[in-house]
Parts: sequence; C-alpha cells; structure tokens
Amino acid sequence: MSHASALAPQPPAPGHEPGPVVSLQSVTAGFDGPPVLSDISFTVAPNETRVLLGPAGVGKSVLLKLIIGLIRPQEGSVMLFGEEISHMPEDRLFPLRARAGMVFQESALFDSLTVRDNVAYQLIQERVPDVEIDSRVHEALRFVGLEETFDLFPSSLSGGMRRRVAIARALIHEPELILYDSPTGGLDPVTSTTIIELIVKQRDVHGTPSLMVTHRLQDAFTLCTNRFDPEQNRMVPLPEGEINANTTFLMLQEGRLILDGSLHDLLHSTNQEVREFLE
Amino acid sequence: MANNAIDRTAKLIVLAVQDYSVFAWRSLGNLFRPPIYWTDFLIQSDIIGVGSLPIVILSGFFTGGVLALQSAATLAEFGATAVTGQFVGLTMIRELGPVLTGIMVAGRNASSMASELGSMVVTEQIDAMRALGVDPLRKLATPRIFSSISMLLLLTIVADAFGILGGAAVTVLISHQNGTQYLNSAYEHLRYPDIVQGLVKPLFFGYLLGSIGCFYGMRTTGGTEGVGRSTISAVVTSSVLIIAVDFLITHVLLSIFPS
Repeated sequence: MSHASALAPQPPAPGHEPGPVVSLQSVTAGFDGPPVLSDISFTVAPNETRVLLGPAGVGKSVLLKLIIGLIRPQEGSVMLFGEEISHMPEDRLFPLRARAGMVFQESALFDSLTVRDNVAYQLIQERVPDVEIDSRVHEALRFVGLEETFDLFPSSLSGGMRRRVAIARALIHEPELILYDSPTGGLDPVTSTTIIELIVKQRDVHGTPSLMVTHRLQDAFTLCTNRFDPEQNRMVPLPEGEINANTTFLMLQEGRLILDGSLHDLLHSTNQEVREFLE
Repeated sequence: MANNAIDRTAKLIVLAVQDYSVFAWRSLGNLFRPPIYWTDFLIQSDIIGVGSLPIVILSGFFTGGVLALQSAATLAEFGATAVTGQFVGLTMIRELGPVLTGIMVAGRNASSMASELGSMVVTEQIDAMRALGVDPLRKLATPRIFSSISMLLLLTIVADAFGILGGAAVTVLISHQNGTQYLNSAYEHLRYPDIVQGLVKPLFFGYLLGSIGCFYGMRTTGGTEGVGRSTISAVVTSSVLIIAVDFLITHVLLSIFPS
C-alpha cells in the first residue's frame, strides 16, 4: 500500500543472505489420537510464495496454524522470523504474530464489528488516531476493490466480499508474511480469480513472502503463470514458457510432505500420489 | 473397562480444574499489566449491570415480600411480629440478596458470555484475534470478569434495598402492621459484620460467574451444538458453585464475626 517501497524486498548485502521467514524442522503435530502431521520440514524464503497443495483433510490448515503458533507441535522446531516459537509463551508470541497476516478459510471476520472496525482491528488496539485509521482502511479496501463496504457489517456481504475484507484486514498492518488458508474455497470461478489476482498483486507489488493453502490446481497454476501489471492495474499472463520463479510448491498427503519444489518438479514428479492429485 | 472409564473421567476433571485455575489466575493477573481495555470494561459493565437491573429489582422485591409473608404467621405465634423487619433485613443482606442476585446474574450473563465466546471460537474469530496479535483472554475475558465483580456488588445492594422494600410493602399492605416499626427494626438490628458479610460474597460470586462463563465459552468445541453445551455447563456450574462457595464464605465469616 502506501509503503510499498519499504515493503519490497531489499537486495541482500554481499555475503549476507537473509534467513528464511519460516522454517519447520521435523515437525509432528496432532490432537488426541494419531498425529495429523508427521515429520514436516520446509522453509519459506524472503520474497517467496509457497503454494501448499493437498486434498481436503490432510492437515493443511493445521500446518498454517502451527506456523504462527496457534497450535503447538508435539515434536520438532518451528522458526518464525528467526525465532523458535515451539515452546514460546503465549505473551511473547503476540508481537510476532502481529508481524504476520492470516486469511482464514471462512474469513473469521468479527460479526459484531463493521467492515471498517474489522479491517482496522490491529490499528484500533494500537490506539492509532481515528483520522489515520480511516485513511488506511480506505486504502486497504481500495486495494481489494471494496471501498463502498466501509460502514457495512460482515453479515451483509457475500462470501467472496468477506474473503476480500479478510485479505484487507491481513494486509493493513503491512505484514512481513501472509498466510492464506484456502482463500478461494467455496467461491465461484469469477470470484476465485478476483481473489487470486489480489494475491498476485500483493506478491508482485509488495513482494511479501506468503504461503497459500489450496486444493485447487487451477489457482496454483494461475499464481505461477501470471504477473500483476501496475499500469493496467490488473493481472496479465506471463509470456509463453515463463513462470514466476519465486512461486514454489509443497504437497501434503496423509500428514506427510510428499513434494517440495518448483512447478517443474511438481509437473514432472514420479511420486504416485502427486501424479494422482494432478490427474 | 469400568476402571478405565473412571480413570479417564477423573483425569478429565483434574485437567479441567487445572485449565480453569490457569485461566482464572491469568485473567486476574491481566488486571495489573497493560494493556487494560477500559472501554470493554465499561461496555460489559453496562451490559451486566444496567441490563440485569430489572430482574434483580423484581426478584429482590418479591423475595423480600415472600419472606415477610412467610415469617408473619410464625412470628405472630410468639407475639413477635415487631421483628419482621429485622428478620427480612438480615436475611436479605446476609444471605438471600447476594445469593439470589448471583444466581440471577449467572443465569443471564454467564450464559451470554459462554455462548458469545463459544460462537467466536467455533467461527475462528478467537483464532483470528490471536493471529492479529491480540490476547483474547485480556481483551474478552478480563473485562467481563471484572465487570461481573463490580456490577454484582452494586446489584446486590440494589437487591437488598428492594428486598427490604418488598417486605415493607407486604407488612404494611397485607399484614397491616406499622411500616415505621418495620423499617426501624430492620435498621436497628443491622451490624457492620452483617454488611461486611453481605458485601464480601458478591465479590466472590461475581468472579465465579464471570470466570466460569468465559472459561466454558473459550474451550467450546463441536460447532453450534458445542456452544449450547458450553452455555448449559456455564449456568449450571456457576449456580452450583455460588451456593457451595456461599456455604464456605458464611462458615469462614461467622468464625471471624461470631453472632
């Protein structure tokens, strides 16, 4: 948004590579009963967009919640912004979480608050002056194309609009990492494309690292094969044969990570489970 | 098989008590460390205090009236109708005012806290709040608990006053006794330990109903059906605990201030 240049990834100093934004090492997690996730290891680098694929019920949302400490792992290490959070007290986790943005599967908007108060939730808690809040909320809503919903309550919005408001809420604080939990789940194809366009816009305009959970291959391919054109203010296809090199893939199957690589790795995987998912 | 079930149930109960203790301790500690959400405290005070006023006034008034009705016949046998005011006043202030108000407010507000927070849990609003870097315990539970304590104290005073007025109305209008005598009797036999006893209890009851309402709401599982279960558990547990804790407090206070 207004501080795009500050958010855009800076080139690392020579000989000093910035560490990963997220790093999971041998993570096992679950509730009562058998583990939901077993021995998961991967990283999210600065400026990287990772697409987490997998059928429903394999632990994709659990994995997202693990990353920001909403769920604790039973084993292994979770590093967020370079800090080990597996056993971090809840009080110390709040400031770390505030540096990330998360878009929940069902939007999780506060139904007793207006769109303005939902989007500005973090700013209100930080006692930012009302004039600045209004201006930043308008800017965030303009980014997702919903400026006219400023005074409405979430109950009067459609599913796609609620998802876009949730994206505005996640972006208003200029996060250093964005987690999207099935942002197009349950939406029609046109609205899904609008949501993916917003994700591409955030990736290409602000360069924010992100992890997007989805079970829709079409969304994943759209992310890889398109870029945001600021001049036309819309998403345009990349030239034939080109893909976004910073967009990479993970695939979960029955709680295990069965793929961690590029679009090429995904398409040419010999893993039977990956092949079945692609088909 | 049966042993396993008993073992599992016992563990679940111990675990729930442990979780509640941690929850109650943290919510208490939040009052002494910033940020403190004063606006939420005032909003909840309005909902709990002003919102509960009609039911507390009505229940207090009619309870005082019933006490005067029931006692009049018995006291008349001993020619002691002159002490109706003392009987109603002391019973309301020491016992029925705090307990009845606690149970009425538990029924109204512990249920509303459990269902409101439970709905927020099942729609991931609590997770969203945590993801936004805001502590739901500090933002949602602490203001509700401390509003319950402060408002229950004031509501108990209102219930006591209307209870004595209810007793006065019955004494004058139905038993055809002297109203001034009733009020003098109620006032003259009142001692500071009675007032202390009547005002200490709502502090504990308010803490119980607020913390239990929030605790059951925050640990809701199982969708909308789970919200219903949490609401029932919150009302039942807080009402039973209010009566049990009333017994303990009365026992302790009577040993400190013997009659």
